[in-house]
Amino acid sequence: MKTLPRVDVVIVGGGWSGLLMAKELGARTSLSVLVLERGVPRDTSTYAQGMDELDYAIRLRMMQDASKETVTVRHSPKDRALPIRQFASFLPGDGTGGAGEHWNGLTPRFAPDCFDIRTRTVERYGLRRLPANSSIQDWAMTYDELEPYYTKAEQLLGVSGDSAGDPFAPPRSAPFPTPPMKTATYPALFGKAARSLGYHPYPAASSNLSRIYKNPDGIVRPPCQYCGYCERFGCMVGAKAQPTNTLLPVIARQKGVTLRHGAKVRRVRHSNGQATGVTYVNGAGEEVLQPAGLVILASWTLNNTRLLLLSKVGVAYDPSTGKGVVGRNFTHQVTVRLNLFFRQPLNGFMGAGAAGVAISDLDCDNFDHKELTFIRGGGISATALGARPIANFGAVPLSLKRDWGSEWKKAAVEYFDRTARLTCSAEHMAYRSNYLDLDPTYTDSSGDPLLRLTIDWYENEHNTSEFFAAKMTEIGRAMDATTTAATPPLRQYSVNHYQSTHLQGGAIAGASPESSVVNKYLQHWQTPNLFVLGASSFPQNASGNPTLTLLAQTLMTADALVGRYMKHPGALA
Amino acid sequence: MRRRPFLTLSMTSLGGLLVYTLDRQPAIVHAQNASQVRVPLRFFNESEALLIAAAAARIFPSDESGPGATEAGVVVFIDRQLASRFGADRYRYTKPPFEEGVPEQGYQGKENPRHIYRQGLQLLAGFDRLDAAAQDEKLSQIEHTRFFRLLREQTIQGMFCDPMHGGNANLIGWQLIGYPGPYMSWTDDIERHAGEAFRPKPMSLGDVTGRAVKPWEDEAE
Repeated sequence: MKTLPRVDVVIVGGGWSGLLMAKELGARTSLSVLVLERGVPRDTSTYAQGMDELDYAIRLRMMQDASKETVTVRHSPKDRALPIRQFASFLPGDGTGGAGEHWNGLTPRFAPDCFDIRTRTVERYGLRRLPANSSIQDWAMTYDELEPYYTKAEQLLGVSGDSAGDPFAPPRSAPFPTPPMKTATYPALFGKAARSLGYHPYPAASSNLSRIYKNPDGIVRPPCQYCGYCERFGCMVGAKAQPTNTLLPVIARQKGVTLRHGAKVRRVRHSNGQATGVTYVNGAGEEVLQPAGLVILASWTLNNTRLLLLSKVGVAYDPSTGKGVVGRNFTHQVTVRLNLFFRQPLNGFMGAGAAGVAISDLDCDNFDHKELTFIRGGGISATALGARPIANFGAVPLSLKRDWGSEWKKAAVEYFDRTARLTCSAEHMAYRSNYLDLDPTYTDSSGDPLLRLTIDWYENEHNTSEFFAAKMTEIGRAMDATTTAATPPLRQYSVNHYQSTHLQGGAIAGASPESSVVNKYLQHWQTPNLFVLGASSFPQNASGNPTLTLLAQTLMTADALVGRYMKHPGALA
Repeated sequence: MRRRPFLTLSMTSLGGLLVYTLDRQPAIVHAQNASQVRVPLRFFNESEALLIAAAAARIFPSDESGPGATEAGVVVFIDRQLASRFGADRYRYTKPPFEEGVPEQGYQGKENPRHIYRQGLQLLAGFDRLDAAAQDEKLSQIEHTRFFRLLREQTIQGMFCDPMHGGNANLIGWQLIGYPGPYMSWTDDIERHAGEAFRPKPMSLGDVTGRAVKPWEDEAE
């Protein structure tokens, strides 16, 4: 195996969290920092040529190539897992910037009560109201500890928003860096109807940018053009915050930071409680050993956990005994969507990934659950995403015998621009039987075991989705729209329908090594020179989009690393 | 050497400018051109292409509610997709073992789209010689097959993809539904036009960027 010269810090993964950590270390230290990215560099000047629905939104041209690496999935430990042969329920990113290049830019903070969810639920409703078999736990940090870093992360991205109309908005020490986005016809209709029903609509927090913005690093981004090509596309004008336009230009000027592409990390090397580096396969297919003084995993929820399991760092979780921590508390997201059909045209082709209006009245514990059959909740939103024709053609409000032929075509043509979707993103609780481990049968292109997802929906999710389908139907009626049944009702976890790309857990942060993999600074409990960044640290899904929170956590970790660890290497908590 | 197959289409069946008459009936205006165009086929032979074209034309018919799969050239789109890496499932995880799972675990079959179309073509033997009612009856019998679901999906894709992929000829699909294409900016319009149909003239990605864009299926591995 080829051995390369030692670096001070190796970071695995060139997405939001890895590149943000690299930028912080590059700006504040003289360390040699190497970022290993398995994918290709991005040429953002080609993003305009990528405004093609078929290649990018349907064929997923910017996403992980499932033929090389995927995951397997099953509902319970007694089932046989089979590979997800084509991604659909979530869409892993690939290449520099990762999923941060082709996200929608929704950038909410998590509500304070998400961070002490277990304590608050038990205090208010008693132990008996925790869902059967659940393993929800409080976060390693409080909202107040994270608040200054939320503010910094918002200023990094230039988040557009206004929380004045939201009585449930988390407290903030600084206003939004930019005012809210423009409001298209459909979100405006939602806002009006929601207000008439007594809810409190507000403009969604957006990193698409309402106006030109210069961030504290001197990075200038133009305002959003509302072209309708955010999700699954790179932003052709660079308005949407992406690692390539927000972090890479700063890193390019830093002497200490190097970004290496085509480097697929296979193992973390470690001995005697210390990480010593990583091994990877380079573009030429050679095995390479990269020694490092500090190893930082930032390769997304699933791959962070997989690397810990493959490298045998820490003890793998065993659902039959409840012992072990690596892989536990894996969560996805409860998503409920409802098609609305209007009499008026919506001009839905105009929009942006985060050009929406939302309500938080039914999120978290913002409403009383005493008489309800579930705990916690979700945000409901109406967003003018940009209704592209292939994905949006075909929905009709009538019950037709066929979804092809003259009758269907006539109705589908008529309703194409009179249809929009209401979305609820609700919390997904953690359970003892939803977890990650290594698959015994299927392997990736290097011959390493695939990660195995054991996941199903339980009563809390069934009841949450039914509750929200009913509430959204009421809102739809108040918008003077016809609705059909919310699709699909949550019963068994399915890989066939898009939920969200918000996957959490597997390497969760917590108060003790018995219940978590990393401490509140995302530092590995048993291996203090190993850090694991990203939503793999979230003990459960918190309804809102995760990016701002994982950036805030990365900034908190960077402060602890630079301010304390570098002076006194060792356990930070 | 196998002779390269062609599909012969009349210029008056393909694309055109979609307009509405005074009584709101859709009509297509063509340039005065009675010539024929010979489209080189990449996957089908001519008789196979005619079968697929006939089936797509029943899924998305050309009728009083406007043009359909025939005018959009859907069969040309499907032919190019099947000839490309997508027809061969280049980006799908295809390692064995192939086991039957529960539907929630997704499609676990070994067959790629080319195999599925080969099987489907057998189901469609003689289809292009049936009348429309008999064709619909035939499709009703197979509408739950994987082949039909794929054909339906690709018919919609061929109606509404960017024309660089071979379908949506002359942007006829986008004209039909009022989709203007990938314009770079709607900043001045996003908060206007409430309640009215705002229908800018459709533009392809090549029109918008001012240069030819290469579709993924035409790029070398």
